[in-house]
Amino acid sequence: MAWEHFEHAADVGVRGRGDTLAHAFEEAARALFSLLSDLTAIRPSVEERVACEAENLDELLVAFLNELLFLFDARREVFGRFDVRIEKTSGRFRLEATAQGEPFDPSRHEFTVLPKGATFTALEVGKRDGEWIAQCVVDV
Amino acid sequence: MSNERAESSAAGFREVEPNVWEIEATGAMRVPGRIFASRELVDALDEKVREQVSNVAALPGIVGASLAMPDAHWGYGFPIGGVAAFDPDRGGIVSAGGVGFDISCGVRTFTTGMKAADLGERLETVAHDLYRTVPAGVGWGGSVKLTVPELDEVLAGGAVWAVEKGWGEAEDLERIEEGGRMAGAEPSWVSRRAKERQLHEVGSLGSGNHYLELQVVERIFDAPAAGAFRVAEGDLLVTIHCGSRGLGHQIGTEYLQKFVSVASRYGIALPDRELACAPIRSPEGEEYLGAMRAGINCALANRQVIGALVRKVFARHFPSVKLRLLYDVSHNTCKAEEHEVGGSKRLLFVHRKGATRAFGPGHPDVPLEYRDVGQPVLIGGTMGTASYVLAGTSRSESRAFSSSCHGAGRKMSRTQAKTMWEGKPLIRELAGKGIIVKSHTAKGAAEEAPGAYKDVDEVARVAEEAGLSRRVARVLPIACVKG
Repeated sequence: MAWEHFEHAADVGVRGRGDTLAHAFEEAARALFSLLSDLTAIRPSVEERVACEAENLDELLVAFLNELLFLFDARREVFGRFDVRIEKTSGRFRLEATAQGEPFDPSRHEFTVLPKGATFTALEVGKRDGEWIAQCVVDV
Repeated sequence: MSNERAESSAAGFREVEPNVWEIEATGAMRVPGRIFASRELVDALDEKVREQVSNVAALPGIVGASLAMPDAHWGYGFPIGGVAAFDPDRGGIVSAGGVGFDISCGVRTFTTGMKAADLGERLETVAHDLYRTVPAGVGWGGSVKLTVPELDEVLAGGAVWAVEKGWGEAEDLERIEEGGRMAGAEPSWVSRRAKERQLHEVGSLGSGNHYLELQVVERIFDAPAAGAFRVAEGDLLVTIHCGSRGLGHQIGTEYLQKFVSVASRYGIALPDRELACAPIRSPEGEEYLGAMRAGINCALANRQVIGALVRKVFARHFPSVKLRLLYDVSHNTCKAEEHEVGGSKRLLFVHRKGATRAFGPGHPDVPLEYRDVGQPVLIGGTMGTASYVLAGTSRSESRAFSSSCHGAGRKMSRTQAKTMWEGKPLIRELAGKGIIVKSHTAKGAAEEAPGAYKDVDEVARVAEEAGLSRRVARVLPIACVKG
């Protein structure tokens, strides 16, 4: 399991990799929040629940990351740990997750840039070389 | 010469006249693509820009051509620096991706009546006070805390709301596009979640390429226009670059997702999901327009409040100095405007995504005091390079629906920039050049390194030579607050 950023002309690509689809989503979320803090500096003192659904897995990833961005903007919380469950019911994909983190503290969390929204650009969810990847470009 | 031609046509463009390059309409394209650029800028273009200009040309109801400004680069669906006009009576569409996430992001500049040299040793103190006073980065607005019903007033009233609440002066409104208030805004079509993202953010800069700058006028190109704009060599200017913050981002996010399914319902084939759109004359299209216009008002109010905070800082240090708003432009919008097409006036919905409206002399929407010289067009550079004040031209009307560029435009990705520069050494290097940078994030500053952007002087020169606008003043940063 791992996350990384990939190149885009003006913005930032976030990519999660994992042995399962859910793990890849969790890592993509960590790639997103690494823009807002060093992940090791985020203490798990609050827990938020997130739920969303979509017709396909890649739109589910965009919806998931945007749910987390909403929590950051509306509550000013940053998260470093995620537990994602994804299931398919009657033709739609549904995601439920918990996100653990804490209120943003400028003395301990050094951000790089504030994300505005997850986009459909370079959006991909699938298996590559035997592992799951979940990625898209985030407008910053 | 023949090699250069071959290279440029390999990028898919053909030079039809100096600084104008065309992509022939083929396949699904309804109109040609056209980019305003020098050979140097075309050669440096991302392949994605050509693809995105062509994709936009395939959208229903597009008029004339799918355009890209000299600072164009790879965006979402539409290129950044993209301009496209759609006719509502011929199936024209409105696209959330054609406006962008940061609705009505824009630039406003104040003249101060001071010479930059008058700041003397107080430059550092004033820069520090601006850094402390204007919320930026992750910091919440703080200066304005609102409830949802109060925010609805912001979304309906824009900068007019801000002035009514004591932020700034009534005369500012004459020098803001739309008189400071975008008509047709529908706050009720903005989701509760979008509003929740904004409750603490009115009056905050944000981050990334947004900034607040003290600048010195280095050179005047056009004396009559400079006279009308009241700028002269050596003058101290203050410029703000920011947008509609969390509210605009959430509107963009929601409608982008919503329009994907809407487009297929209206039988619109999307070459790229980011082009998700709805007919202008459809319930969904009208709903987005109402919400997006509320987003424009949010940005206008935001810049008005920040401007008032800047005035407070100046009042503390220079009580007799009066900051006069030169102008306020928005460069991520879709606006209904009358344009002349094939000899007749038509109402078109012009998307400008990373492009500035640039009405020429005589246009009724240009404030009276500027009407003889054209609308001010404010172009942001980087924290280490020039910015420009330009003026709209009559020629831009037939070329680009009265549009011009919006900034330098990135040429290097953020990930790449981070490998080339480090925040603190970069800030020290700029200090050595006489530019004070106050950043809420050193890591973020590295990604905004001047070298990561295109040559703004080239962009402004080409904007002038291509007839999109003409250069009035070149200004240099002396202090920059970054979010």
